[in-house]
Amino acid sequence: MIKIEKRNDVPMALYFFTPFIAIILTILGGGIIFYILGFNPIEALKFYFITPISNLYGFSELLLKATPLCLIAIGLSFCFKSNNWNIGAEGQLTFGAIVGGGVALLFYNQEGFYILPLVILAGAIGGMFFALIPAILKTYFNTNEILVSLMLVYVSKLLLDYLVVGPWSNPEGFNFPETRQFSDSSRMPLLFEGLRIHAGIFLALAAVMMSWFVLYKTYLGFQIKVSGLSLKTAKYAGFKGKTMILVVFMISGACAGLAGVGEITGPIGQLHRMISPDYGFTAIIVAFLGRLNPFGIIFASLVVALTYLGAETAQIFLQIPKYTGQVFQGMILFFLLASDYLLFFKVKILNLKKNELRH
Amino acid sequence: MSLDISFIGILIGSIMASSVPLILAASGELITERSGVLNLGVEGMMIIGAISGFALMVISDNLFIAIIGSMLSGVIISLIFGFLTQSLLTNHVATGLALTIFGIGLSAMLGKNYVGIPGKEFPVLFSGLKESIPFFGPILFGHSVVLYFAFALPFLTNYFLKKTKLGLVVRAVGDSPVSASNQGINVILVRYSCILYGGAMCGLAGAYLSLIYTPQWIENMTAGRGWIALALVVFATWSPIKVLIGALIFGGITILQLHMQAIGFRIPVQFLSALPYLMTIIVLVVISRDSRKIKLNTPTSLGRIFYKEK
Repeated sequence: MIKIEKRNDVPMALYFFTPFIAIILTILGGGIIFYILGFNPIEALKFYFITPISNLYGFSELLLKATPLCLIAIGLSFCFKSNNWNIGAEGQLTFGAIVGGGVALLFYNQEGFYILPLVILAGAIGGMFFALIPAILKTYFNTNEILVSLMLVYVSKLLLDYLVVGPWSNPEGFNFPETRQFSDSSRMPLLFEGLRIHAGIFLALAAVMMSWFVLYKTYLGFQIKVSGLSLKTAKYAGFKGKTMILVVFMISGACAGLAGVGEITGPIGQLHRMISPDYGFTAIIVAFLGRLNPFGIIFASLVVALTYLGAETAQIFLQIPKYTGQVFQGMILFFLLASDYLLFFKVKILNLKKNELRH
Repeated sequence: MSLDISFIGILIGSIMASSVPLILAASGELITERSGVLNLGVEGMMIIGAISGFALMVISDNLFIAIIGSMLSGVIISLIFGFLTQSLLTNHVATGLALTIFGIGLSAMLGKNYVGIPGKEFPVLFSGLKESIPFFGPILFGHSVVLYFAFALPFLTNYFLKKTKLGLVVRAVGDSPVSASNQGINVILVRYSCILYGGAMCGLAGAYLSLIYTPQWIENMTAGRGWIALALVVFATWSPIKVLIGALIFGGITILQLHMQAIGFRIPVQFLSALPYLMTIIVLVVISRDSRKIKLNTPTSLGRIFYKEK
């Protein structure tokens, strides 16, 4: 007989181990789906998870995709840890890219060392501002931040669409929905000749260090963690809830804005409609898979970045749509959430004796 | 003048057609949310309904099987969400997002061989009356059976929630799961049923798109309608009749865009497209500002995990 008991406290080792279980189950699940669709599962999985990173270029592409995911997830960890459900990072990324891109376009025909820092700063401020909307509405009007931040994603994407088709479209661009190319001074420096990996990765690493410091070494971090565990306790302790909500949203928005600016000044080099393959949503998976822990998030962003790359490789070799990456991303989160059950409940297999059954 | 009036009739008819997927998905999600469950997987369930409806139509050449199958596939995919949130007590927001992401990916994978296959004409009712009566003809007649069902659904939903005992049970579970449970109601079972029902309606909404509205399969063809449906439930402050009104407004905005583009009107289409989202935010602010109002309308336990010690 199976008996389920609630645990009194979560075993830490298991807490950091279950993400690995989720990843293994996802790979198995992916194999099964490939098998059903008539592919050799081993071969298909090889195209997905090994081929993409079997050379230096592939490895650079992995880091390139992991950079925005890591940045956004770091920001989100502040919100999620304090029970603020910002799920509109995609919108904050887009708005950050719009503001940063706007500054880059101002300097489209100029060069200068000061331009890139200005563009990056503008992007961070843009994202921060956009995240403040759900935060302010939540703190002063009691609105649900999940719904507001989500709605704003579509507003920002439509704004970007309007700008690249209308007022910001390239005058010499034959009506393509894109802006001018940014000048070289607005572009992230490349780290290696011939590879696309750029200096934006240092922004992500800085964010990791910053978040570790803030979360584990400062009073603000303590407040965030306590609020996440129990809002009542936080209130009792006299924490100013409103300020904290605004701050975590601002951090989260700034990180997403930086990710947006990293994309347009890095691999893209201009604004157009498709600046992000839903990094803002996927980063939610990264934040969960990384257990909201700064170093866990680095690891998780690499894993999830691989699903993007794998989908591209599989599209070429197996002729399957690149949306399949999302099958893996969805499965990772499903399995992770499911395995969390083991954290909160003990599953005991009991061997009942006859006299025990009578009771 | 008569030409103008008949044009307006046709316009209203097309607004109604474009609002159908929103009504179906939002009515389903409304029941789910009324039971206290926030399922953000609407978009994912719709797209799965769209591909399975279309694929079944191609395989079986039978539209009835396709429609029923799309609803069943919505039920199956929502069962994942139900199992995770109700049996394994996972977070509703994260699970719903995973469902949407998973659904979009899976639908593209399943639909690989169906891209570019032409759809089949879906039978419409009373097509003779549509032509013969000016103005009212195109509004009332010549639609698919799914459209008539969609327009009846909000009224049925309203009746169910307000006048039936089961409806009361659903509302009780959403407002106060603990006391409902103490009254001997099986909260988990009620929530499971509401989730599966929501899945069926979202599946049907997707099939309406791929079988009737634009009869073909295109990757990601729901194009954010699931998110609009989610917004619509909030916009309607969880009231079925207001879902119908809201769906006509949001559907109207979509149709208006097409016509304004054609006329060359000056307001950028993107601003019109953004309107449903902005209006939803405004409604949220208005209803949330007053704590009494939000208590009246919002299912109190929305999105919260219910666990009963055994």
